[in-house]
Amino acid sequence: MINIRENRCDYCGVCVSVCPVDCIEVREYSIEIDHPVCIDCDLCVEICPIEVLETHAQE
Amino acid sequence: MLKNKYDVVVVGGGPAGSMAAWEAAKGGVSVCMLEKDRDIGYPVRCGEAVGESGLRQFVEIEDSWIAEKITSVKLVSPNLTSVDIDFAAETGYILNRRIFDYDLSRYAANAGAEVYTKAYVKNVLTNNGQTNGVVLDYLGEEKQIQAKIVIGADGLTSRVGRWAGLRTLVRMKDMESAVQYSVSNVDIEPNKMIMYIGMNHAPGGYIWVFPKGKKFANIGIGISGKYSKHKSAQKYLDEFMDREYPDAAILTTMCGGVPCAKPMEKPVANGIMLVGDAAHQINPMTGGGIVAGMKGGWIAGQVAAEAIQNDDYSEKGLLEYPKRMRKDFGKNHERFYKIKEATEKLTSEELDSIAEKVLSIPHDKRTLTSVFKAAVFKKPTLIIDVLKVFAGV
Repeated sequence: MINIRENRCDYCGVCVSVCPVDCIEVREYSIEIDHPVCIDCDLCVEICPIEVLETHAQE
Repeated sequence: MLKNKYDVVVVGGGPAGSMAAWEAAKGGVSVCMLEKDRDIGYPVRCGEAVGESGLRQFVEIEDSWIAEKITSVKLVSPNLTSVDIDFAAETGYILNRRIFDYDLSRYAANAGAEVYTKAYVKNVLTNNGQTNGVVLDYLGEEKQIQAKIVIGADGLTSRVGRWAGLRTLVRMKDMESAVQYSVSNVDIEPNKMIMYIGMNHAPGGYIWVFPKGKKFANIGIGISGKYSKHKSAQKYLDEFMDREYPDAAILTTMCGGVPCAKPMEKPVANGIMLVGDAAHQINPMTGGGIVAGMKGGWIAGQVAAEAIQNDDYSEKGLLEYPKRMRKDFGKNHERFYKIKEATEKLTSEELDSIAEKVLSIPHDKRTLTSVFKAAVFKKPTLIIDVLKVFAGV
């Protein structure tokens, strides 16, 4: 599960452009992940320059 | 006033979008350019460096665009050996993108293109697999615009491209994870850009210091997605700032992705063309996208106008655009990509010894070519393509 720390986000969309399943939507000032579609590959976590996204261990 | 029908709708008001709108308008077709933000040119998400000759292909350069003229570069190797090189023929600029982008949109408008800001495109209209318009929010209302061609100049994430089913995905190794601070209270030499290279500074990329006037600079970093897993671009940059510019005041923080990939094979679909970052039109060696994006917009705008005159906006017809792009600088783009891959293989020790070798050349004899000659001397098998590009520069 990917957690979004949205108050850090600059909405640059670099996460969108590496997502292999196209499950991230960045609009003007919002970012959303379609969790059922997400495959937890963590590429978005890796590419984010300012650590907005983090892997959130599931219970 | 915004109409409900144009020949061409351009989504995005950056340099690529403005060039596309400008050229299409010059070609005598009706054009509308839609920018989601309140202002053309703001917010800026760019290092703002550009080469003079590249820019001059399209426009007369205005003084108000230029924050700093660049006449030399300081390259800093992993062990902090620094080499100053004066540009021989080429001059560079650090732009005020805010003013530059604004003026390009004015040129488009003065040629007859309509420009609307706060116009947020949220989908494309399609009919039988042919894109024929856009849906947008404008001034609090949902509107539909019919268009024969939609040009997506909507940046890295290119939602236009994704709606049209174009492959906009970028591989991790080809994506630069980038962050930049606009800083004041830094002591930097005027007219000189600084680039720090090597795994310790910026793996698979570089740190840049681009002066923008007195005690003011854009300082940023791009690192390859191949190396961004364990340490973020911002961490690298913050370590650098602490070491080199501890007294800097950070006035703006911006981040982004820079696709340093091969050119997109097919930036067109039925009724759709992508330009600029949306089409990965970026020099993969430098990460510079202003000139490449302008060229994309320039050619796409011309092809769009011709397509409308010929009444053929099918993918097949629009393929003329990537064809002309390849003819214009396609080979160079491929070559720069190869150089990027080759230089990435240089170890820190090799980069340091190249820097030492170049330092032994007298300052007034040093050129960018001499750097690459030194690199070829150290690593002949990898840098063979470099000379093909830079011989004679």
